[in-house]
Amino acid sequence: MWRKLSEIISVEHLAYSYPGPEGTEGGSNGCGKSTLAKHFNSILLPCGGKVYVCGMDTSREDLVMAVRRRVGMVFQNPDNQIVANVVEEDVAFGPENLGIASPEIRRRVDNALKQVDMYNYREHAPHLLSGGQKQRVAIAGIIAMEPRCIVLDEPTAMLDPRGRREVMETVGRLNQEKGITVVLITHHMDEAAKAGRVVVLHRGQVAADGTPRQVFSQPELLHELGLAAPETVELCYELNKEGFSLPLDALEPEECAQILYEAVRSDP
Amino acid sequence: MLKDITLGQYFPGHSPIHRLDPRTKLIGLMGYIVALFVAKSWISYAVMLVFLVTLIRVSSIPPKSIVKGMKPLVMILIFTGVLNLFFTGGETVLLRIWKLTITKEGLTRAIFMMARILMLITGTFLMTFTTSPISLTDGLESLMGPLKKLHMPVHELSMMMCIALRFIPTLIEETDKIMSAQKARGADFETGSLIKRAKALVPILVPLFISAFRRADELATAMECRCYQGGEGRTKMKLLRYTRRDFGAFAVIAALLALIAVLASFGL
Amino acid sequence: MEPILQVKNLNYIYSIGTPFEHQALKDVSFCVHRGEFIGIIGHTGSGKSTLMQQLNGLLKPTSGSVILDGQDIWSDKKLTRQARFRVGLVFQYPEYQLFEETVYKDIAFGPGNMELPRQEIDRRVREAAGFVGLTDEQLKASPFDLSGGQKRRVAIAGVIAMEPEVLILDEPTAGLDPAGRAEILGNIESYRKAKNATIMMVSHSMEDVARLTDRLLVMSGSQLAMDGTPGEIFAQAERLVEMGLSIPKVTQVFLYLRKMGLPVENVYTIEQAVEALKALKGGPAHA
Repeated sequence: MWRKLSEIISVEHLAYSYPGPEGTEGGSNGCGKSTLAKHFNSILLPCGGKVYVCGMDTSREDLVMAVRRRVGMVFQNPDNQIVANVVEEDVAFGPENLGIASPEIRRRVDNALKQVDMYNYREHAPHLLSGGQKQRVAIAGIIAMEPRCIVLDEPTAMLDPRGRREVMETVGRLNQEKGITVVLITHHMDEAAKAGRVVVLHRGQVAADGTPRQVFSQPELLHELGLAAPETVELCYELNKEGFSLPLDALEPEECAQILYEAVRSDP
Repeated sequence: MLKDITLGQYFPGHSPIHRLDPRTKLIGLMGYIVALFVAKSWISYAVMLVFLVTLIRVSSIPPKSIVKGMKPLVMILIFTGVLNLFFTGGETVLLRIWKLTITKEGLTRAIFMMARILMLITGTFLMTFTTSPISLTDGLESLMGPLKKLHMPVHELSMMMCIALRFIPTLIEETDKIMSAQKARGADFETGSLIKRAKALVPILVPLFISAFRRADELATAMECRCYQGGEGRTKMKLLRYTRRDFGAFAVIAALLALIAVLASFGL
Repeated sequence: MEPILQVKNLNYIYSIGTPFEHQALKDVSFCVHRGEFIGIIGHTGSGKSTLMQQLNGLLKPTSGSVILDGQDIWSDKKLTRQARFRVGLVFQYPEYQLFEETVYKDIAFGPGNMELPRQEIDRRVREAAGFVGLTDEQLKASPFDLSGGQKRRVAIAGVIAMEPEVLILDEPTAGLDPAGRAEILGNIESYRKAKNATIMMVSHSMEDVARLTDRLLVMSGSQLAMDGTPGEIFAQAERLVEMGLSIPKVTQVFLYLRKMGLPVENVYTIEQAVEALKALKGGPAHA
């Protein structure tokens, strides 16, 4: 999918799962972490190369709105993307911009709020919600536009573990049940480990691309890039230095325990 | 604490007043203000007061919140009172202190003026407390609609107002946080000369402005991502429609205006 | 040894007498010794932030006392002000408080407020910059031209320059990538070693607190729910999970191993895990 990435896109680690048929191709010389993601919906335009969304060239001005209604974005700071003072009015903001008729907006808003489990808060003021709740409202605002793909730019960076869990569960559900393509940019390796596919970016280039198992079983490469593998992999990696010979692809504690158990038991 | 300011905040609810069309409430508020300025006598003020108290009861807004919202305005109120008390000419002198005299006319006028301001603010609060800022701006936009033909940026103005209202609580919270952080570095806002205190505000204002700009920037991107491109082609989830309730409200306001006008024509 | 900080029966209620009244701290007591590295864990709303602001006198307790080096910080106005400097507090996302034209001036803000002589301020600014790895070149730059991670380190230096005996940090690594996180944690550790300072760090990363701290305070429902070494705390995995907290991944792995019947102790860092498994592999086999 990544045919060409000319230099400097971002020094970030990007994880994404692609059940859908979308193809993208990037190229730009911006810098900073969200640069790449902003290419996905024509917020930034490539200086070289092309990005296609559902076959549409993102650099074509007449297609900008068509691209944006297919690829929605959620940002890091939940406060800075909520426009309205009431939850449901905020969720309605996107569909209203699309010029959809009132009853259809109502249907979409209710639906979107139910999907992120915030329907009971529809008349609340956003500033009184918790971080995780705000972020779910932001996600609802995007799904009300019924996009094909959601790009989330470090959506959990400012949240506590509970908020993080809420957001990750919501995102996972949208991907699994609704078949929405999710591109999740994250610093948290355990979040990336839940994706269907992981792409590691380093200095604007793709440094690794594969399933979480493939990518995270290379702790040396990850360390070189200033990243870390999940603790379970790091443990097996350290043990191998001490003479064990363990596989490095256990991402979950239970799996890791199984491997260790067998290694210790099978000892001559 | 700054957080306790309730000015311009919305209390969600389902009272008959909450459910009025925002345009009705705006026009009603204007009628009410006109009536306040026409009222001249104790009787008319009593009528206005009864009307206002009834409205508060119907709206089920806790009176405490209204009183709390009033706090920042106490100075203006006292200033008006004092000004009218001492600088109104009259014949019946009640008290003479040094060069200042208090007349019966002055006292009456001071009381009326203060009552007028109090009732004016309470009335306005009642509207902002019962109307979500979004529907308020929708109402304004719709009422000012005809001005669009004169190339007035009506939609832009209402959008700006809506966003300002949305971010007031966020910025207040942020100010609180920055203040605590600078206090933790030994900043002192309470002692010293006026100049010193003004200087002490720099460490608060600079970060606050920077943050406001950053928020504005991020919000603009988020709005673009949600296909915002100005008022053209935009639809609304909640269509404004006058109902029987609104016509009832108009009748009540008209009756109030008529009553006050009749009283005034009799010199009351 | 005399504890540097003592918290006795601390209670704090927000907005007393309003409908928003809320008790944020309930009868919290503990002692802190010089040179300790303490981790504070608990989810949002458990009272952590309120507790931190009590320790340097930003918030006045509703009842109870905070005793710094033997003296109640609220017994005298001077002591309250001193507490601000002796107990340094780094808030969450501290980079958002930077305001000066240069990094140097920003770091000097705290020591400047202490009314120290000029050379002393200069010495402290340079030393603090050293702790967080800022170059002389960067001291002259505008803080707003730096990267996110660098800004964070400038803000931390701004508190370190006051040379607090107790340094409290609220999630100092929030939002940083693994390399940036490691760097900041290293800076904090080097300050502690150089000055024998006490560190109290709020963190959501169980792996970080397990690796770095000598002792953990667990806040839950406005109360101090647990107080002990990481080993003691993480041994009570079920209780932590009940409070909505998690335990380090390695600890989870070892809990599974125990369930499978291996004779392993509780561990909470990778080093311990490696040692334990090495012993297990070598031990019974040779026996």
